[in-house]
Amino acid sequence: MNAAELHWLLYGGAIGLIVIGAAGIVMGKHLFRIILALAIAEAGANLMLVVAGLRPDAVAPIITGGIIPEQMVDPVPQAMVLTAIVIGVGIQALALSLAIRVYKAYGTLDMREIRLKMAADIDAAAGVDDEVSQESPVGERPLELPDGVTTGGAGQ
Amino acid sequence: MRNLTSLLFAAGLAFFLLVIAARFDLGAAPMLIGNAILQEAPEQTGAANIVTSVVLGYRGIDTLGEIAILFTASLAAGLVLGRRRPEAARDADSGAVLQISAQLLFPLLLVVGFYIILHGHLTPGGGFQGGVILAAAFFLPLLARPGTSVNHAGLSLVEGLAGAGFILIGLLALFQGKAFLEPLLDKGTLGTLVSAGTLPLLYLAVGLKVGAELAGLLANLADSEVDQ
Amino acid sequence: MIWLLGILIVMMLVAAIAVLVLDNHIAAVAAASIVSLTLSVLFVLLRAPDVAMTEAAVGAGLSSLILALSLRRLGLWRIENTVKETEDA
Repeated sequence: MNAAELHWLLYGGAIGLIVIGAAGIVMGKHLFRIILALAIAEAGANLMLVVAGLRPDAVAPIITGGIIPEQMVDPVPQAMVLTAIVIGVGIQALALSLAIRVYKAYGTLDMREIRLKMAADIDAAAGVDDEVSQESPVGERPLELPDGVTTGGAGQ
Repeated sequence: MRNLTSLLFAAGLAFFLLVIAARFDLGAAPMLIGNAILQEAPEQTGAANIVTSVVLGYRGIDTLGEIAILFTASLAAGLVLGRRRPEAARDADSGAVLQISAQLLFPLLLVVGFYIILHGHLTPGGGFQGGVILAAAFFLPLLARPGTSVNHAGLSLVEGLAGAGFILIGLLALFQGKAFLEPLLDKGTLGTLVSAGTLPLLYLAVGLKVGAELAGLLANLADSEVDQ
Repeated sequence: MIWLLGILIVMMLVAAIAVLVLDNHIAAVAAASIVSLTLSVLFVLLRAPDVAMTEAAVGAGLSSLILALSLRRLGLWRIENTVKETEDA
């Protein structure tokens, strides 16, 4: 009973962090909060790795005083998490410097305005006019039909 | 509508992860390599810290990949952030408390950082933790006096030499006929400072590289050309 | 033992929700560093001292420093800069 409670508590905490981070990324309205949610999701993933290597009644995998303990925790997930934490901070630094560039280019960090402005920039770079939509597609009206084609439905 | 679909996505992700977690009982190891490493590691590498022997001995190429990722990230961040602000040299100094405590803390942080790096194979610690402390130590004068310019050329030189040292130690093992990054030199007695062969040297290279890199990254972030 | 773990995990989850919900940006950075700090204490209790030291140095130290420096560069380093202000603008 004790082991089952511990199991669900630890895994629930790690999964809760991952889900809160993922929901924050998807629902974010401010670019800075999205980067913070990414950091939280990474912390949750690291916690889940360390919990996966846990063993009951075991000690840390470090030998002190020349006595080798009998039951030690799995060292391989801990080595992976060591790497993952440092990589996470590198990713956060790069994401924040990109956010600084976005702020310098667009003047705002609100996601809706950034999306609109980026779409306008991409349209302008591709040479497409800004008022293109479903109601007024590109091209003049009425369309010129190729030779030998008459208007009508199928089966005529 | 968008919030509803986002909440559905989060609920689906939670259900998926909970189903995976329900299959792994706590303590039942899915992989057996952890047991094998725990039994073999003290004799094979000679390091008292088994996590160090995994990071540098059994999975040394992963550490090389991580160093490469960190280098690429700090290089890209430095490129994106741009030059130093032209008016940065005229920033006001911070208060007397921060200046005096920065002068007191700088040698203390250096000693603690190098202690943690050099004892990485005996106690919890190692190159990454000590490297972060060294980066904080080299960033502290910039916090105390925002007008000073950080010597980016010197930091790049330290970082490049440390990274080259890491790869050279790995190549030395290759030239002797063993695998790349296999630990060399004498194992020594378990638990003394001079033990575990080239593992402390590898961690020293990693620590210096990470410290110099992160100090340069922090200086770039503090000084970049975007105004407030 | 299990009570201590339960309290720490609840504190971590509440701080993680607070990162997304709080208005002030500086408060969000403080809540993120609370998540890192409780996570490092949790790592110690889970028999992983190496990972705990790395998380404390990197998460609660360097990551908060990087976030605070970039807040200054983004022009959000005042108490009155909140999320609602950018939505109205």
